[in-house]
Amino acid sequence: MKITPQTLTIRKAHQHLLAGDFTACDLAQACLDNIDDNLNVFIEIFDDVLEQAKKADERIKNKQTTLLTGIPIAIKNNILIKGKRTTAGSKILENYYATYDATVIKKLKEAGAVFIGGTNLDEFAMGSSTENSAYGVTKNPYDGTRVAGGSSGGSAVAVAIGACLVALGTDTGGSTRQPASFCSIVGVKPTYGTVSRYGAVAMGSSLDQISPLGKTVDDSQIVFDCIHGEDKMDSTTLPDKMYEENQKKINLNRKKIIGVPRHFLERGIDDDVLKNFEESLKKFGKEGYQVKEIELPNLDYVLAVYYILMPAEVSTNLARFDGMRFGSLKEGKNLLEDYIKTRGQDFGKEVRRRIMLGTYVLSAGYHDAYYNKAVALRKIIKKDFKEAFQTVDAIITPTSPIPAFKIGEKSNDPLQMYLADIFTVSANVVGIPAISIPSGFTDREGKKLPLGLQIMASEMQENLLFQISREFLGENNY
Amino acid sequence: MEIKEIENLAKLCRIELSDKEKKELLNEMDSILSFVAQIQKVKTEDLKPTVGDLRNVMREDDDSHKSGEYTDIILAEAPKTERGYFKVKKIL
Repeated sequence: MKITPQTLTIRKAHQHLLAGDFTACDLAQACLDNIDDNLNVFIEIFDDVLEQAKKADERIKNKQTTLLTGIPIAIKNNILIKGKRTTAGSKILENYYATYDATVIKKLKEAGAVFIGGTNLDEFAMGSSTENSAYGVTKNPYDGTRVAGGSSGGSAVAVAIGACLVALGTDTGGSTRQPASFCSIVGVKPTYGTVSRYGAVAMGSSLDQISPLGKTVDDSQIVFDCIHGEDKMDSTTLPDKMYEENQKKINLNRKKIIGVPRHFLERGIDDDVLKNFEESLKKFGKEGYQVKEIELPNLDYVLAVYYILMPAEVSTNLARFDGMRFGSLKEGKNLLEDYIKTRGQDFGKEVRRRIMLGTYVLSAGYHDAYYNKAVALRKIIKKDFKEAFQTVDAIITPTSPIPAFKIGEKSNDPLQMYLADIFTVSANVVGIPAISIPSGFTDREGKKLPLGLQIMASEMQENLLFQISREFLGENNY
Repeated sequence: MEIKEIENLAKLCRIELSDKEKKELLNEMDSILSFVAQIQKVKTEDLKPTVGDLRNVMREDDDSHKSGEYTDIILAEAPKTERGYFKVKKIL
């Protein structure tokens, strides 16, 4: 039978694999055939895809399957797969081959998933458009002159064009949700600590989470269910017991209340995005939801807080690139020159900029005014959200204030680029789960561009997000 | 900010910058810092040094591996090695 990965869900593929309608090898080949070089989706396509698929076929024959056995998955190229080149989109890791498996990869291997390749990203996941990748920009499948979003742009496009069924990204300030919204797919940023960060190249350690991307809510949930859980290799993961206890408190069936922070939607939003958002609110009303206006008094400061904390963590995390233990080396006359040449030449512009910013906000004389102030404000914003969740089950905003923008439009103005993260950074700063789901399209220059809706819930309530998303999207995208 | 501060910062960051980039960064840092400085308007409690909720998370070193088991695979990623060690320029 003919396989169309761009419309095939995990459950359907699983049934076909069990029924013998096609093999895991056929499925993997169909995904490989869909790779479009013009879009620049992958940094590395693995040379053992069909071998992996063959092993999956063995498991299917021996009836040792999980839902993910034989399912092709694309992995953002900042998540380590042992023996595979893992560049993090940077020149400094151009020839780095991972020495171990990330915990999420270990879990996916045990489930029998087939890894297609490492997808393109902004260097070290720093960016909102993949324009900061040392390996070129990933183009939007709906309009090749526009960005796919970022930093997990390659993963989002891989899912959208059927070069895999699902993908993994990472999300530090919206890096999974925003490209999902630009490519009309689903992206989930889990609660901080639900998914192990062991083996993900660190950017902002108090913000980063590995995040699933899929065409449907169900596909994303299947991947989430596989990868989450306590991990002794990441001391910030939440105890399984705590997570399970929390699930008992969630009542999925009662009438739900959705909160809208209207005061936050007054400036800087594209008219079409706002119109689409109002339509989404009406749809929730029709589904029987109560929509309630809420106030999050310090939300206006969240982007500033994020752009202090994140660079601070970046500057410390990236101190490990010293040209000695792994990564590239640009030699100078002495040890100090080795450092400054390696880091000056092989880190890209945005990475250098963020290291500089982070070092500034942490430096003596300034860390009270910037870093410590941001930490204090982060606590206050957390409290604001906690209080809001006393009266509403979920909070919604558009995922992005604008649809996919033109390649080059913002790349010369870092602050403009940062403003694109306005709605997504809160979930990372607060540590709560958030999902982006497709909410429609808008027309630009004769092209249809996707729009996304973001839903946030209280910590550990991923299942509530999946449920609300299903009810919003209906039968077409469960 | 002044160009001297950019130079000092770059030194702390161990990053070599060209003169052109120093000038660019001066403008960009000014614009980003004046944006994030808005948080200084908010009243917060005393800025005591804070630690996270998690601290000193320890685990037993129970399943330790054989000495040298990973040496080759790890050294294979290093730019320069010699007799089982990373090779670096002299420190002093």
